[in-house]
Amino acid sequence: MRNAFLDELLALAAEDPSVMLLTGDLGFMVLEPFAERFPERFYNVGVAEQNMVGLATGLAEAGFRPFVYSIATFATLRPYEFIRNGPALHDLPVRVVGVGGGFDYAHNGVTHHALEDLAVMRAQPRMAVIAPADPGQARSAIRTAHALPGPVYFRIGKGPSAVPGLDDRFDLGRLEIVREGGDVALIATGAIASETIEAARLLARHGIEATVAICASLAPAPLDDIAALLERVPVAVTHEAAYVNGGLGSLVSEVVAEQGLPVRVTRCAVREMPSGATGSAGWLQERYGISAKAVAGAVEAALDQAATRA
Amino acid sequence: MRVVRSQALAAQIRLSVLQQSKRAHIGHIGSSLSIADLLAVLVDEGGLELDRGPVRADRDRFVLAKGHAVLAWYCALHAVGRLSAEQLDTFAGDGTDLAGHPEHVLDDVDFCTGSLGHGLSIGTGAALAARLQGSARRVVVLLSDAECNEGSVWEAIMFAAQHGLDNLTAIVDLNGQQALGYTSEVLDLSDMAGRWRAFGWDAVEVDGHDCDAIKAALDAPREGRPRVLVAHTTFGKGVDYMQSRIEWHYMPMDDTQYAAALEQVS
Repeated sequence: MRNAFLDELLALAAEDPSVMLLTGDLGFMVLEPFAERFPERFYNVGVAEQNMVGLATGLAEAGFRPFVYSIATFATLRPYEFIRNGPALHDLPVRVVGVGGGFDYAHNGVTHHALEDLAVMRAQPRMAVIAPADPGQARSAIRTAHALPGPVYFRIGKGPSAVPGLDDRFDLGRLEIVREGGDVALIATGAIASETIEAARLLARHGIEATVAICASLAPAPLDDIAALLERVPVAVTHEAAYVNGGLGSLVSEVVAEQGLPVRVTRCAVREMPSGATGSAGWLQERYGISAKAVAGAVEAALDQAATRA
Repeated sequence: MRVVRSQALAAQIRLSVLQQSKRAHIGHIGSSLSIADLLAVLVDEGGLELDRGPVRADRDRFVLAKGHAVLAWYCALHAVGRLSAEQLDTFAGDGTDLAGHPEHVLDDVDFCTGSLGHGLSIGTGAALAARLQGSARRVVVLLSDAECNEGSVWEAIMFAAQHGLDNLTAIVDLNGQQALGYTSEVLDLSDMAGRWRAFGWDAVEVDGHDCDAIKAALDAPREGRPRVLVAHTTFGKGVDYMQSRIEWHYMPMDDTQYAAALEQVS
């Protein structure tokens, strides 16, 4: 996804001379094509994420569209107040690009696991928060969001896996349905969506048919689409590579509560701080309850509970 | 002649700072008084070009990184007729555009500041933008000395030096005080100029209350490096009982104190 995103950024930069790329000294074997083609619009600012966002604020006020690039934790958490008081407060077109959501950085350990980026960025009014599910959607998202006059956060996965049925679709403030089924709605955001699809396959083997919706546009939030989707199912399960509070599960629960929808919501997300043992992304997803198997299990438990209550 | 005018502007800024602080019953008086002369030079003719041609984007940028002293900026704008007396009287009131830290809803505030350590990064980005756009506009960032406690200030210092941004000027208001104590006792930043110089800046030490010296330091030819004016100032300058007294970082004045202060700056 990362390379697709950068390819599309290269194309945008060729069309729009205001596009700049700033990196906090990360992006080896990824950013070189941009640096070579547009050296005057590429800055490695050094290991200095706060200054990177401050610079982008000054550049954007003067008419540039700077993309600031780092690993998702460093791109969002270290300079968070600079993002708040800079692009968010001034409503400027700075694009914060955080690479590696959830457990993408696997063996690198917990400092590199972006588990609250979605929640904290979603807390900022004006901030568009976009977590594409696969490379094709990442391309569409960067292009669609380019017209936005205010700030955008992109959470970009590292992997190449495509979500079947997504077909490069992306719309601001919309859900994209990639699978239809009447028993349960699965809603996913970001690259973990490939696991969500796998969970739907596992469920189908047990005779449970799931609708799978991709929520790449966490803000602006697809409030109407979520409500419309949840009107037709008894159980909804959200799935994200993030802490359980503040992200997609919270968003969906907010819609359900505020609109009084008669649906039970189960949130598949990380519920404890990962510490101690680490491993591959797959191993971590399993351990913290966000693997395909864990999601399928959560769906079955939620359906059982719903049936017991009914 | 021009310097005489700057001095008169500075006197007017000090008077307005006292009047508005008293009316609104708020503090940050000492921090505002210490930068009155610096701001007078910046808003005087030959200082910042706040209206360069018909396009707003072409004007010089000013970042008051030490946003807590914004009352002095409002008073400076008022002194040169860019802010009406009526507007100034809304300072710190309900629904005002004149907050206790600068907000860009006001025409002559380019950037919201108030959280220390942000301003120099933003100003450095603004200077880089001007250079990339081939614009002659300049960027001035006014920092407090204690603000240099913030690591992000040094990130910006390194970047500006690395890229030789000589359209960027930082001014450090070296008044030696911070909220809870003297800077030398909190985090000692003595030889401030030497510190910036070691990071690649053209550092000039000036008397921050000498308009002539300030002006000369701003205008001296550049040689491909950003410049910092380390402005030696007196906290609470102009009011004897406030000068170099920690409590005047936050304290408002009572009636007796106000009368005494007015007498001294008038």
